[in-house]
Amino acid sequence: MTTAPTTRVGRTRRRRTAGGALAPWAFLSPAAILFVLFLIIPIGYALYLSFTQLKVAGGAFGKKQQVFVGFDNYVASLTDPEFVASLGRLGMFAIIAVPLTLGLALVFALLLDIPRVRATRFSRTAIFLPYAVPGVIATLMWGFMYLPSTSPFTAAFTSLGLPAPDFLAAPEIFGSLANIAIWSGIGFNMVVMYTALRSIPAELYEAARIDGANEWTIAWRIKIPLLSPALILTFLFSVIATLQAYGEPQTLRSLSNSISYSFFPLMKVYRDAFALDNIPGAAATSVVLALGTLLISVFLLRGLQRRTFDS
Amino acid sequence: MNTTSATVARPRLGHALPTRRNRPGVRVIPTIILLLGAVYTLLPIVWVITASTKSSGELFTSGSFTFGTGFWDNLAQLSAYSGGAFWKWAGNSLLYAGGGAILSTFVSATAGYALARYNFRGRSLVFTVLLAGVLIPQITLAIPQYLLVSEIGLSNSYWSVLLPSIINPFGIYLACIYAQSSVPGDTIEAARIDGGNEFRIFRSIALPMMVPGLVTVFMLQFIGIWNNFLLPFIMLSDESKFPLTQGLYLLLNRGTGTPVLYTLAIMGALLSIIPLVALMLFLQRFWRLDLISGSLKG
Repeated sequence: MTTAPTTRVGRTRRRRTAGGALAPWAFLSPAAILFVLFLIIPIGYALYLSFTQLKVAGGAFGKKQQVFVGFDNYVASLTDPEFVASLGRLGMFAIIAVPLTLGLALVFALLLDIPRVRATRFSRTAIFLPYAVPGVIATLMWGFMYLPSTSPFTAAFTSLGLPAPDFLAAPEIFGSLANIAIWSGIGFNMVVMYTALRSIPAELYEAARIDGANEWTIAWRIKIPLLSPALILTFLFSVIATLQAYGEPQTLRSLSNSISYSFFPLMKVYRDAFALDNIPGAAATSVVLALGTLLISVFLLRGLQRRTFDS
Repeated sequence: MNTTSATVARPRLGHALPTRRNRPGVRVIPTIILLLGAVYTLLPIVWVITASTKSSGELFTSGSFTFGTGFWDNLAQLSAYSGGAFWKWAGNSLLYAGGGAILSTFVSATAGYALARYNFRGRSLVFTVLLAGVLIPQITLAIPQYLLVSEIGLSNSYWSVLLPSIINPFGIYLACIYAQSSVPGDTIEAARIDGGNEFRIFRSIALPMMVPGLVTVFMLQFIGIWNNFLLPFIMLSDESKFPLTQGLYLLLNRGTGTPVLYTLAIMGALLSIIPLVALMLFLQRFWRLDLISGSLKG
């Protein structure tokens, strides 16, 4: 190893390395060991599995063996109409949930940042509160508020003499699921945007206010452009979280017949792996999902880097 | 409306800097919109509080947002359900989230400090790998994790949920950002000149300086593990090892056949959000969520 000489050189040349080249690795080692055990090895294993299949080899008495099958699982996964349909449903859900979550979070963050707005502490805390509520519990609460026999909304419609929508039936279910995601997601994104807003120097607005700009103009012309790194980051987090939607639809299944076993991609992966015993197929699908997430993320982070570099 | 009142008020102020004090009046519409947001987020919580007071008969007959008479009965029934399973789940959640978050914070602190305050070969590679780790969807990891954990005979054990929860690439990243801004390189350098060894410098100088950031890392990870559903769902089959999320899912799922369990699930939902909401309100002032937005500049 080359550690010993670099230590001595580092000690004289670079100040920050003065502690010796082994010290940082010693500090990193607990994280590194866990990272290898619980991220790198599982990913490697998933990749390996995704290129194999269990096949009976050697005639009638042969044992089942892990056989290398190339991209067969990937082809099967990508051409499976069930998977494509689940992606479509996820897309439908995401198109409602992501813009509304981020849009509302942005509106609330901007309003909190305006002077002379009252009860901001209360509103901020209340809107942030759902962040501490697990998705399963949020689904349970909203689920009962959707269920016709216990729903306050159904009761309100009925008392007005109107036909109540069935929140748990086919087209409405997307809005119902999105509502749970929005409810859970607004607070965290709002706080991230709000703290980013607070870090913008106040002089920038004071000058604009003296020039007669109103809060609306200040928000559009100054705050939102300066927020764009935070907006890209929250968008990235929201997209990743949406792609991984699992607990909410799985829980709502108990109350709704319109959510199938393979409603969202992750539910299909789980079902393939554990109910249908098709681990290689599930591995291939999950690798496809991981690659998709990475591609979207890299694309967004490129945009983020360009933004921060320009400003 | 707020814009008109502002344009009326402004010319009179003229040259004066518009500070909070010399510009009286409340902005009504923004205040109302924010309060509407609060009503929306509090609505299900108020609903679950009122619903938890209803007996299973009242749940389907009495109006929403009214109080019933079954609160203590529901509490007693939930406590008695399946030999006290609910409190067992609550204890498990505390163990997974508390234990996992403490260990995770420690691992993140040492790794974050190393990345922030040392310049070593492979540092940028570590960063890239870390970022990739943040972006990997959990399902891609959970299935092979389950298979590997089964391979070494740990599936369906406390360890199978606890161990994968310790590594948190985003926590390491946040700890690093915080160490960069709160632990001055010169202080570390001075301690080195005084002959302190690296581990004592970390423990007695850097670590105390990193505490506010580490509280945030702890809270984020605690809530993350407490709210996690997929990992225990895949790893565990023994009901006595379930965390709350999975236990309540089980209750709701069984409730499909027996609506009596609905009241128990509702009571369970209420009880399981109380500690987290209390913890969040209590620790709110110690949170440094600006770390997350600040991490953009890193």
